[in-house]
Amino acid sequence: MSPLFLFLSFVALLSALGVVLAKNPVHSVLFLILTFFTLSGHYLLLNAQFLAAVNIIVYAGAIMVLFLFVIMFLNLNEETEPHKPALAKFAAAIAGGSLLLILVAAMRNVNPVGYDPTSFDSQIGMVDRLGLVLFQQYALPFELASILLLAAMVGSVMLGKRETGERNF
Amino acid sequence: MRPKPVGATFALQRLLVLLRSNLTAMLLVLPAANYQPSDYLPILIQFGLALAFVAFAMIVSHLVGPKRNSTVKDASFECGIESVGNARTPISVKYFLTAIVFVLFDVEVIFMYPWAVNFRALGNDGFIAMILFMFFLLAGFAYIIKKGILRWNEA
Amino acid sequence: MDFPPLAWQGLVVLVVFGVSLLIATYSTYAERVIAAFLQDRVGPDRAGPFGLLQPLADAVKLFTKEEFFPAGANRALFVFGPCLAMVTALMSSAVIPFGNVLQFGETAIHLQGIEINVGMLYVFGMVSLGVYGIMIGGWASNNKFSLLGAIRAASQNISYEIAMGLALIAVLMMSGTLSLREITFQQVSDAPFVWQDIFNWNVMKQPLGFIIFIVCAFAETNRTPFDLPECETELIGGYHTEYSSMKMGLYLFAEYINVFVASAVMSVLYFGGFNFPFQAELRNWLVSSQGLELVTAQNIITILGLVGLFAKIFSFIFFFMWVRWTLPRFRYDQLMRLGWTILIPLAIFNIMLTGGLITFGVIK
Repeated sequence: MSPLFLFLSFVALLSALGVVLAKNPVHSVLFLILTFFTLSGHYLLLNAQFLAAVNIIVYAGAIMVLFLFVIMFLNLNEETEPHKPALAKFAAAIAGGSLLLILVAAMRNVNPVGYDPTSFDSQIGMVDRLGLVLFQQYALPFELASILLLAAMVGSVMLGKRETGERNF
Repeated sequence: MRPKPVGATFALQRLLVLLRSNLTAMLLVLPAANYQPSDYLPILIQFGLALAFVAFAMIVSHLVGPKRNSTVKDASFECGIESVGNARTPISVKYFLTAIVFVLFDVEVIFMYPWAVNFRALGNDGFIAMILFMFFLLAGFAYIIKKGILRWNEA
Repeated sequence: MDFPPLAWQGLVVLVVFGVSLLIATYSTYAERVIAAFLQDRVGPDRAGPFGLLQPLADAVKLFTKEEFFPAGANRALFVFGPCLAMVTALMSSAVIPFGNVLQFGETAIHLQGIEINVGMLYVFGMVSLGVYGIMIGGWASNNKFSLLGAIRAASQNISYEIAMGLALIAVLMMSGTLSLREITFQQVSDAPFVWQDIFNWNVMKQPLGFIIFIVCAFAETNRTPFDLPECETELIGGYHTEYSSMKMGLYLFAEYINVFVASAVMSVLYFGGFNFPFQAELRNWLVSSQGLELVTAQNIITILGLVGLFAKIFSFIFFFMWVRWTLPRFRYDQLMRLGWTILIPLAIFNIMLTGGLITFGVIK
């Protein structure tokens, strides 16, 4: 494993832990952005350049802005900080621990198959190649994605639209 | 066979290719497109430079500037009126809705990049596929506009 | 000489970094001089000849001012905000092709930091990250006006990012690549008539797309008429109300670097990049009549192209400043209406139009 890969994985794990452990939710968001950055670094090492750029633009750039908005929505004053009972923390630790256990058990027997350097095409992750595959082989899932996006738009309107007479900010 | 360390090997190969191709480097013709992860290495230099500049600016201005604190001076500035509460207050839901709609449209635009790059190769089929895709999205967009989500001039 | 190409690219990155800082510094001077000219005043003329040392004096002043932390601010994020804004602004210039190849013996220097497959998306990625600097800084200040400015900035930037992306799609449909270098090369023409080179610039084929793009560029860089985030009539100073000393300076610098990068991107995408009219004729003339080698002639063309690109960039920067003293500020609802209900449908129409024109062979 190359030192760059090890470094990126180290930072990814560390910042992912930071997301969970940070007290301030804004810090959590920043750690999550850093995690997405290291994931993009991994995509780059795999020469998936389009995926790396899209990961930054959509996840780090768009979805995290939404998260920050939500956090700024919340009343983050100290006195309104909900106090979490010890039982909830205990239950969360158990649930998270079992998920980790399952993931480790599932990954344990994975046997990575190497690639053949003579026939390997390093340009497979470029945007033009990806587009041909997406729009010829996977045209139907692509169209279905538009229906998913339509449903999401309608859903957001239903959730966020205020009714007449209702007072909010 | 174990996977090779990708970054370092590619960097080396790329270096050799560049060294060899210098003599015959084309003047106006494009070099054959062969993109590798090592292309990104100069970004690390730029990132380092940017960090160094920012750190320099922060540290020097921290050391050079004077420091005088007082309760009145440290209060947040609201045009001389005494501030009430702090700035951790809820904001208009319109900003939130804008952000949601932005995420959806951003995904749409991302879908369009690989399509636009291959526009000629995909031909009419690709164009029709994209028109269908756009139709659904524009239907959603029309719904959003009709519901007044993006209208900011009414309470 | 055994000087590896990667080191040359590193050197290019270093120069690009220095030049963007220099341009940002002198943009502050240019802004004042242009403002003075448009308002029939004298402008800065005390520091050095023609006031040319004014940016230096400003820098000294910014460095020696008190570093202020408002009470109740989140100190770490308060410092982190401007740093993030500056770093993302400085990073985005790496993919811009400032010139063609310079050839010295066996060494070929590409006047571009990095050449990548997704060049334009890299710029977009950095632009979309730039909004965090403003958001985090405004939120951490613990000032209601800063918070409003920050949220306005975020909302405005994300709204105009969509229209900007859609305007770009139409260019990509013609070019078939995201690499800025290749887009530049495609704007060279071999058509045999006089103004061939200019007629092959993308702005001739994408006039509507260019107008959408430049409007979005104004909004993305928070320049007048879209400077709502720092609108002093309503929000004191907007997101940087509580900022002082070099942290304030970093925000201002980041804005000017963003203006520089936006100008460079527009020059490359729509105005032919480092191509200039009659470059092929000039090279042939240098080779045939002046007896220069092809390599030397090409080097001369490359340097002229570099100068030409910077001329285009400076004209755009001037345009940014000109507009600032010409148009009044938009109201927030007008800004959002323009972005969502006018620019986005227009951009989609532009995509359909371009698609139709390409399908029926009107534009190549």
